Amino acid sequence: MSNEWISVGKVEDFCKDLGGCVKVDGKQIAVFNVKEKSEWYAVQNLCPHDNRMVLSRGLIGDASGTPKVACPLHKHNFDLKTGEHVSEGDVDDLTTYPVKVEEGTIYLQMV
Amino acid sequence: MKKKIIVIGNGMVGYKFCERLKEKDTDNQYQIITFCEEPRPAYDRVHLSEYFAGKSAEDLSMAKLEWYKENDIEIHIGDKASSVDRVAKTVTSEKGLTLEYDKLVFATGSSAFVPPVPGVDKSGVFVYRTIEDLDDMMEYAKDCKTCAVIGGGLLGLEAAKAAQDLDLETHCVEFAPRLMPRQLDEAGGTLLKDIIESRGIKVHLNKSTKNIAGDGKVTAMEFADDTILEVDMIIVSAGIRPRDEVAREAGLTLGPRGGILVNDSLLTSDPDIFAIGECALYEGMIYGLVAPGYQMADAVAEQLVGRDASFEGADMSTKLKLIGTDVASFGNIEPQVPFKELVINDPHSAIYKKLVVTEDGKTLLGGILVGDADAYGNLLQLYQNEMVLPEDPMQLILPASDGSAPGGAGVSDLPDSAQICSCESVSKGDICSAIEDGACSISDIKKCTKAGTGCGGCMPLVTDLFKAKMKESGVEVSNALCEHFDMTRQEMYQTVRATGIKTFDELLEKHGKGTGCETCKPAAASIFASTWNVPILEQPSLNDTNDAFLANMQQDGTYSVIPRIPGGEITPDMLIIIGEVSKQFGLYMKITGGQRIDMFGAKLHELPEIWKILVDAGFESGHAYAKSLRTVKSCVGSTWCRYGVGDAVGLAIRVENRYRGIRSPHKLKSAVSGCTRECAEAQSKDFGIIATEHGWNLYVCGNGGMKPRHTDLLAVDLDEETLIKYIDRFLMYYIKTADKLMRTSTWMDQLEGGIEHLKDVVINDSLGINAELEAQMEHLVNTYECEWKNAINDPEKLKRFKHFVNCEDTDETIEFVDERGQIRPASHEEKKQLVEV
Repeated sequence: MSNEWISVGKVEDFCKDLGGCVKVDGKQIAVFNVKEKSEWYAVQNLCPHDNRMVLSRGLIGDASGTPKVACPLHKHNFDLKTGEHVSEGDVDDLTTYPVKVEEGTIYLQMV
Repeated sequence: MKKKIIVIGNGMVGYKFCERLKEKDTDNQYQIITFCEEPRPAYDRVHLSEYFAGKSAEDLSMAKLEWYKENDIEIHIGDKASSVDRVAKTVTSEKGLTLEYDKLVFATGSSAFVPPVPGVDKSGVFVYRTIEDLDDMMEYAKDCKTCAVIGGGLLGLEAAKAAQDLDLETHCVEFAPRLMPRQLDEAGGTLLKDIIESRGIKVHLNKSTKNIAGDGKVTAMEFADDTILEVDMIIVSAGIRPRDEVAREAGLTLGPRGGILVNDSLLTSDPDIFAIGECALYEGMIYGLVAPGYQMADAVAEQLVGRDASFEGADMSTKLKLIGTDVASFGNIEPQVPFKELVINDPHSAIYKKLVVTEDGKTLLGGILVGDADAYGNLLQLYQNEMVLPEDPMQLILPASDGSAPGGAGVSDLPDSAQICSCESVSKGDICSAIEDGACSISDIKKCTKAGTGCGGCMPLVTDLFKAKMKESGVEVSNALCEHFDMTRQEMYQTVRATGIKTFDELLEKHGKGTGCETCKPAAASIFASTWNVPILEQPSLNDTNDAFLANMQQDGTYSVIPRIPGGEITPDMLIIIGEVSKQFGLYMKITGGQRIDMFGAKLHELPEIWKILVDAGFESGHAYAKSLRTVKSCVGSTWCRYGVGDAVGLAIRVENRYRGIRSPHKLKSAVSGCTRECAEAQSKDFGIIATEHGWNLYVCGNGGMKPRHTDLLAVDLDEETLIKYIDRFLMYYIKTADKLMRTSTWMDQLEGGIEHLKDVVINDSLGINAELEAQMEHLVNTYECEWKNAINDPEKLKRFKHFVNCEDTDETIEFVDERGQIRPASHEEKKQLVEV
């Protein structure tokens, strides 16, 4: 496990209030921005409900102010901050990754 | 030292007793031991016929073996309690176990009553009682074509349904002059017979079987009137006999025709032995329903923990679905006091309803419902609580004119003591306090009160009660779209139109809060499109799964591609293009139900390339991914068909091209048939058109999907101009007034005034909005633009059409396998390579 910050692209590579999938060390990570790119989150791209690499294509929004993503396949909702599964049913939580923006570049930590 | 309770029999009632005692015995003073002669613990016998419809034995089980373990209940599966020594206070089992008891409970249930007809021992004669009986029947039925059920009561009709599910030609033979002689009167029985025969089961009444013929195997039934019915198989379901043989051996007092005699405390002639359920005889009566059995189980459990409880007889009211038909009866239909009958007998709609009321018309004494038993819950409450009836009690069973549920006592009028769930003895008060204590969904209520977990017949009432209670406390009465917008879809539509707002950010800022969610974003996107008709990818962050990439996402994250083929008409050259594209990208092909061609397995980054080729060849988006017009299906019409009276294909193409791409609350399907033979199935569409000798008939609000609905006829013999005008108005009125994701069929079902109201609006302009609706439609038609053509020429919109933002790789977790010469997604098991998170 390294604490290294890895660059995954420029702010302008991502669409506002949407997700995008990046590949880091062979892993697929979904990177989301909310509130017009003012907040950034990163979680696994795999939806644990049916094990498909689709989460970056989900709609995002909030539940009582907490940012969330809805899986595009079956609408399972996950808390973007904690990765917690917040819909009905028994589905695993997501792995989350630290993310930061410096001078227009997005960095992830693979810890 | 714990006191030992032995329960003989682990059927529904035996199980229920264990469950109740375990709940009540908070001091843990009892050790429960139970014998179960069947190879599996208690299962839901009430819904046994669902076993044929695909439910497994496990699905039907009341509780898994682990439950018994967790609750420290000693269960002896596959071992029958064979004798009781009342002096030594022991039970001995078939497998040789001898166990002591402090208290003993007989819950041995019943067996099928088999009339002593010569030949009943032949092979091919079955009873309908246990899962093993069903397994045997299924095996034997493989070589059979016809089956007769002896018995036209509740159980007999259940068995007939089972025989029909086995694909057997089914006969139902009843000794009495009508079906369900115990519950129904002559008129109700006659209607039920008509309904059941219309579903393919032949009913024979007044038939007494005198012999079952066949050489070792059943071949025919011979009746007392010297008629013969040839059958391959017979199911006997003529009634039940209490299982009292062990009790008899043990010297307990039985009734003259069997049944273990019990008193109000459900005690037998031995003060340490109880009997409950179908083996118990209370005041000359064997209760063959599950609800009274549960009441007995509860009463005994109460007494064991030192509380007063008794059984004072039970209501035999019942509601079931028999062969797809609602049948219910309650109270006394032949009371000893002066009474009046209110009857609706409508053989056309296959409905029979009878209420028996006191002479002054104020109190309900009983009733029968056949064909439509929606009113049962309300009526049962009125009856059980002896509530004062409305001025005109007929209103209770008349269908309401606006199509809504019949009027009458709402749940809010019921007293708190009203029993809502009779299986689990749950009162209105119990449910209300559960809600006050925080139950905030129907499943919460089921969990904490157990209401609705028995026969399930009370669920509509539980749901009404929940809604009413929620409304009272001001919770969730709002029809707000979601937490971000305190408005309905209709209100949002009006707001957008009235204010001219064109972006979600502005709408949220002025009329909402937070950042939105997967409910309000697509709703707003749809409304913007329905109003301003700007390509939806202009605001990409609003679009749901399919709209986001202008394609239908499939289970593995790949997409399907459907170009528009208006009216289903296509030239060989265009067909070749589709074939070539599909070949080039290795896609799976299938013809859709809407007369077009679907190509599956396209990866995200391939979509723009595929569409570039299609658009260049002259194809347009088919909007298969959108809540908008899908296809206008057509037959070949008068152009080719010998019978056609109108040019169905020509009109279908014009209609499809007119309304293509228009976003609506839900998808829209249409069809045009060239004559009354209706080969295009227009009467199952959101709007359908059928050619007549004089023009076109317009039908609206049909549905062929989840909940099929035939269309209503809106207008007849229209010329094309008027037809289009009416469709314009109809569609815009639907877009204006429907809720989000509401199909036209559901919209019609809840539209006040129904089709008559819609006719008034569309034809007579009763709301004075037609000019407005037509202008709005005209705007949409004139501003149509193919979304894919627009997208492939706009690099900004194509930015998201790649799997990774930071490299050009494609998703390696997508894998296909070959099936019938084409690709299909590999299952998780087939994917050898492990997916790394």
